[in-house]
Amino acid sequence: MTSRLRLAVIAGGLLFLLAAPYLAQVTGSAGLLGLANRIAIYAIAAVSLDLILGYGALVSFGHAMFFGLGGYAVGIVAFHTGAGEPMLGWQGSNAALIVWPLALVACALLAAIVGTLSLKTSGVQFIMITLAFAQMVFFVLVSLQSYGGDDGLLLDRRNTLPFIDLSRPTTFYYVCVALLIGWTAFCARVVNSRFGLVLQALRQSERRAINLGVDPFPFRLTAFIISAIGTGLAGVLWANYARFVSPDMAAWSKSGEFIAIVVLGGLGTLLGPIAGAAVFIALEQILSIWTEHWMIVMGPILTLVALFGRRGIAGRLFGERNG
Amino acid sequence: MILFVEQALNGLQYGSMLFLLASGLTLIFGIMGVINLTHGAFYMVGAYSAAFAVLSTGSFLVGIAAALIGAGLYAVLVEVAVVQWLYRRDHLYQVLATLGLILFTNEAVSMIFGRRPPLMDIPPFLQGSVPLLPGLDYPLMRVGFIVTGALVAIGLWALVNHTRVGMLIRAGADDREMVDALGVDIRRLYTLVFGLGGALCGLAGVMAAPLLAIEIGMGERVLITTFVVIVVGGVGSVRGALVGALLVGMVDSLGRAYIPQLLQLSLPASTADTLGAGLVSASIYLLMAIVLLVRPNGLLPARG
Repeated sequence: MTSRLRLAVIAGGLLFLLAAPYLAQVTGSAGLLGLANRIAIYAIAAVSLDLILGYGALVSFGHAMFFGLGGYAVGIVAFHTGAGEPMLGWQGSNAALIVWPLALVACALLAAIVGTLSLKTSGVQFIMITLAFAQMVFFVLVSLQSYGGDDGLLLDRRNTLPFIDLSRPTTFYYVCVALLIGWTAFCARVVNSRFGLVLQALRQSERRAINLGVDPFPFRLTAFIISAIGTGLAGVLWANYARFVSPDMAAWSKSGEFIAIVVLGGLGTLLGPIAGAAVFIALEQILSIWTEHWMIVMGPILTLVALFGRRGIAGRLFGERNG
Repeated sequence: MILFVEQALNGLQYGSMLFLLASGLTLIFGIMGVINLTHGAFYMVGAYSAAFAVLSTGSFLVGIAAALIGAGLYAVLVEVAVVQWLYRRDHLYQVLATLGLILFTNEAVSMIFGRRPPLMDIPPFLQGSVPLLPGLDYPLMRVGFIVTGALVAIGLWALVNHTRVGMLIRAGADDREMVDALGVDIRRLYTLVFGLGGALCGLAGVMAAPLLAIEIGMGERVLITTFVVIVVGGVGSVRGALVGALLVGMVDSLGRAYIPQLLQLSLPASTADTLGAGLVSASIYLLMAIVLLVRPNGLLPARG
């Protein structure tokens, strides 16, 4: 029963993601495509965060820094390319195949530094330290006056791919969905590999895993970096989607949103966070249309999710958490 | 030299404020094992309560009372309504639940008090400045802030080390089940500590209100700095909170004064300005990173 239900829900979700542009056209609401696109982008970040939150039990309260950095890498390169000012001798480029990997490498480097320092601690210190590093990135972004400072940067146009026209909303949307599916499949492989099993063993009983001869640090650091790359990818896509980056992308509240999405969807399920992203973004949209004071509803909802929603949407549908 | 003394005093004043916030937060964590993001919201509630009490009565003392009572009561309410259900849960859920409360509090405060930030003047008896050194007149309000911080530090030390409640607090931090088994109503103790932490936030709020802007979101900014203080000082220890607060206050204030100057010596002006601004805001996080490298548990961690 559950496995058929599970398949049905996955198929339904996939169908919705693929059919969203068609639905938007039929109903004549261009907003629906934008909504679906935001969901797809946030879902990539949520799946990535779930990798360390759900499987590694590393509560990172600073993942927005990778979202912000990924976005700013795209924004800054576009700024220099557009203005014709070389940066460090490089003329800049508009090609996604050059800019995007560059942005992801930047995220991986930042994650290596932050992870190395933060993983010296655990528990509540880890939460506070990841938050503090994200705040540091936030302030650095605010202080970048030549890149707009507080106001952020506008991008002239999206990055370009060969044969694929990213400036068409529908095409861009399908690229985001394809990346979401590909990234989720990759994360699923990671989770079920030996590496992923060790990561989960460390979550279940660190002491036992250590006594079996596992050194926790390299496993956790690697997971942290993979997770940061995925979140950075979401930031890259967001910069291209909105054609605008601002320090708000790295704000602490963004990190909080990511956590909320993962918990809402179901910790340690990978597919759950995608559902979480859909519910969260749609709820945000509906509430903000309904009243400008929508936070007064959203806040208590998050509190209630924390108090009662132990297993999230995926947990309710599919039973126990994976792993 | 005068600049150095003045900046050091500013650091002391900022440290005092951070201590008022960090001591409550670290006690709450040390005793109940709860990470409470709402702590910054208590500070904001305190500042708003004080501003409106002063606006309607004109008396700063009433403002202090309003801040203490407002923030303390709100803290008790938060503990009873939400946090008490989270004591045995994972930190992740504590973060999420209290994050929701922040969003709620920010929106509720802006609906009740309006979007326009209230203004609060420095009370008459703290206006003006005192000559501390030849050529250095220091604002009395800031002196008052430093004195308040010192008094609270002494008061907390006495409370924790020399009273029955303090004994229970220490015992609760060591082994809550044993305290419970000995017939102490640990639930009431928890609520009390939460209220005390909230009241200290309120005190910080009312003292900061005339110096800094009162606005929605003021709590989060200071909350994150408070986290840095606690990580630097050592989670769960009031002494650590004091050392951490002073250190962070000093680094921040001296960094603001000297980092741009130092950079200008070696770099062209425009680069120095950009880099300086970034480094100034990042300085306390760098401090935290260095402390973590040397002592992962903070400078003065709680025992056990």
